[in-house]
Amino acid sequence: MIEVKDLVKRYGDTTAVDHLSFTVQPGRITGFLGPNGAGKSTTMRLILGLDKPTSGGALIDGKPYRDLPDPLRYVGALLEARAVHPGRTAFNHLLYLAQTQGVPKERVHQVLDLVGLSAVAKKRTKGFSLGMGQRLGIAAALLGDPKLLILDEPVNGLDPEGIVWIRNLMKTLAEQGRTVFVSSHLMNEMAVTADHVVVIGRGKLIADTPMNEFIARYSENVVLVRSPQADRLAGELRTKGAEVTPQQDGALLVNKLAAPAIGEVAAANAIVLHELAPQRASLEAAFMELTRSDVEFHAPVSDAVSGPSGGDGQLPPLPAAVPASGPEQGGAR
Amino acid sequence: MTGDTLVRGATGTGHAHFGRLLAAEWTKLRTVRSTVWSFAALIVAVIGFTALFTWLTVQQWSQMNAADRAQAALDPVPQILGSGLFLGQLAICVLGALVATSEYSTGMIRSTLLASPHRLRMLAAKCVVFTLPVLVVGEVLAFASYGLGKSIISSKIHTSLGDPHVTRAVFGEGLYLGVLGLFALAIGQLIRHTAGAITTVIALVLVLVPLAGLLPGSVGKHVSAYLPTNAGQQIMQIYPKDQILTAWQGFGVFTAWTAVLLGAAAWLLVKRDA
Repeated sequence: MIEVKDLVKRYGDTTAVDHLSFTVQPGRITGFLGPNGAGKSTTMRLILGLDKPTSGGALIDGKPYRDLPDPLRYVGALLEARAVHPGRTAFNHLLYLAQTQGVPKERVHQVLDLVGLSAVAKKRTKGFSLGMGQRLGIAAALLGDPKLLILDEPVNGLDPEGIVWIRNLMKTLAEQGRTVFVSSHLMNEMAVTADHVVVIGRGKLIADTPMNEFIARYSENVVLVRSPQADRLAGELRTKGAEVTPQQDGALLVNKLAAPAIGEVAAANAIVLHELAPQRASLEAAFMELTRSDVEFHAPVSDAVSGPSGGDGQLPPLPAAVPASGPEQGGAR
Repeated sequence: MTGDTLVRGATGTGHAHFGRLLAAEWTKLRTVRSTVWSFAALIVAVIGFTALFTWLTVQQWSQMNAADRAQAALDPVPQILGSGLFLGQLAICVLGALVATSEYSTGMIRSTLLASPHRLRMLAAKCVVFTLPVLVVGEVLAFASYGLGKSIISSKIHTSLGDPHVTRAVFGEGLYLGVLGLFALAIGQLIRHTAGAITTVIALVLVLVPLAGLLPGSVGKHVSAYLPTNAGQQIMQIYPKDQILTAWQGFGVFTAWTAVLLGAAAWLLVKRDA
C-alpha cells in the first residue's frame, strides 16, 4: 500500500504538488491521471525518495522508501525519463541493479525473457528504440519480483502489441495481489486497465474513486437522435431546455435531456424518430470536463495558496485544460 | 509471472550490503567503453612520453648547459616521470569526472538511487571502486615507466630505487594518480555536467598553476605551492623545489583539497533532488 500524506513540492514560486493525499491499495490497478504538467511524475519521484518533499511525505507499507530493505525487491519502478547508460548492454544494466539487491544473475535472464529482450541482451542500449527502452525499464522494475509497482507512462513508445502486453502484465500483477500504480495522460488507455483512479490537476487531488464511478459521475450523458424532421425536433427539444448540436450527417446530439424525455417530445409533436441512442461518454470527455472545471473553480484557490508572490496565478493554463482543444459540448462519439 | 518467487521473502539487513554496492559499482565501471579507453590512454601516455622524453634528453645531452645537467642529475625522478605524468594524468581527470557525471547525463542516477537510496553509501562505494584500480594501475605504471626511463637515460644519469627518497618519489606517482582520480570524481559529483566538470578539472590541474606563477613575489610562490596538483606533485620530487612544503606535506595538502571537495559533493548529493 502506498500512502501519500499532505505532500507538497515547490520549485521556487511554482507549486508542482499541492497538499496531495491519497492511498493506493494492493490487488488492483490504480490509474494516476492528469494532464501533462499536473505533477504525476513529480509525485512518483517523491514517493520513491528521488526528490525531497517541501512538506508532507509518502509511505510504502508504513515506511519511507529509503528505509525499505533491498528496495528493488519491494518496489519496482519505471520512470518516464530514460535511466540507462546508452553505452552499456541491457544485460549489464540489469546485472548491476541485481547486484545491489543480492538478486541472482539467473533472474536477469528471466526478466529479459519476460519482456522479450533476450535476443538483444548483449547489445548496447544506445541502439534501442523507444519501445525497447521501455521494455528494459519494465524488466528493471520486475527484477526484484516486487510486491508493489510504480509505472510512469509505461505504454509510451510501445506498439499496439506492446500496449496489449503491458495491459495484460499489469492485470496479472494486480491479480497476484500486488499494488500497481500507473500514471498516464491517456484517459482511454486507463479506462481499459485501471480499476481505480486518482486524478490530479495542477498538483491538487481532483478525484480518488473507482473507475466506473468516475466515468458515471463526471461525464455528461449525450443522446444521439436521427429524425427526418430534425429541424422541427431540434426546436421542440430546445424549448424543453435541451442543448442540441446538429451533426454534419443530419443527426442531432442532445445534451441535458434524457432519451425517454426526447421520445416523449417526439411523440407529442408527431415527429418520426429513426434512431434514439444514449451515448456513453468516453473517459477522455470526462477527463476534459473534470480538468476544465478544475481550472475554472480551483485556480483562485491556488492563487491564495501561493501567497503574496502570486507566481502561480501568472502561469498560463495547462495545455490539456484548455477547453478549445476538447470536443464541443463535452460530446461523446 | 509464475515461478518467479525465487527472490521473494529474501531477507534484508535494512541497508544494502556494502559489498553488494561495491560489486554493482565495479560492474558499472567495467562495462562502459570510456573506462577502457581512459586506462588505455593513461598507459600509452605515461609509457610513451616517458620513453620519448628520456630518449630526447639523451639525444640533447651534449647541447644542454651545465646547470640543466646538474639539475637533471640531482633530481632524476621528475626528469624521467614528469612528461608522461603531465599528459597521462588528463585521462584520469576525464575518467574521474565521467564516473560521476555519466550517472546524470544518462539519467542512470535514478536507477542507481532507486537501488541504493542511501546515497552516501553509494558514493562511498563508487569512490572505493574507482580509486582502487587507479591506484593499482598508477603504481604499476609508475614503477614500469621509471624502470624504462632509467634504462634509457642510464648512459647520462645514474639513478636507482635504492637512492635516497627515490622509492618514495616513484611510489608517490601512483598515490598522486589515485588522489587525482578522487579529486576529479568529487568535482564531477559537484557539477554533474560532463563538459563543465571536465573543463573545471583540467583548468584546476593545468591552467591554474601557470596562472598562479604570474602572481608577484612570495605571495605567488605560496599560493602556487598550495594549489592542489602543485602540492600533490611534491611527493614526486627528491628535493622540493620551492622549500615551502615537504613532499608529504604537499601530498597532505592535495589530499585535504580532495577531502573538502568530496565532503561538499556528498553533502549536496544528499541535499539535492536526483
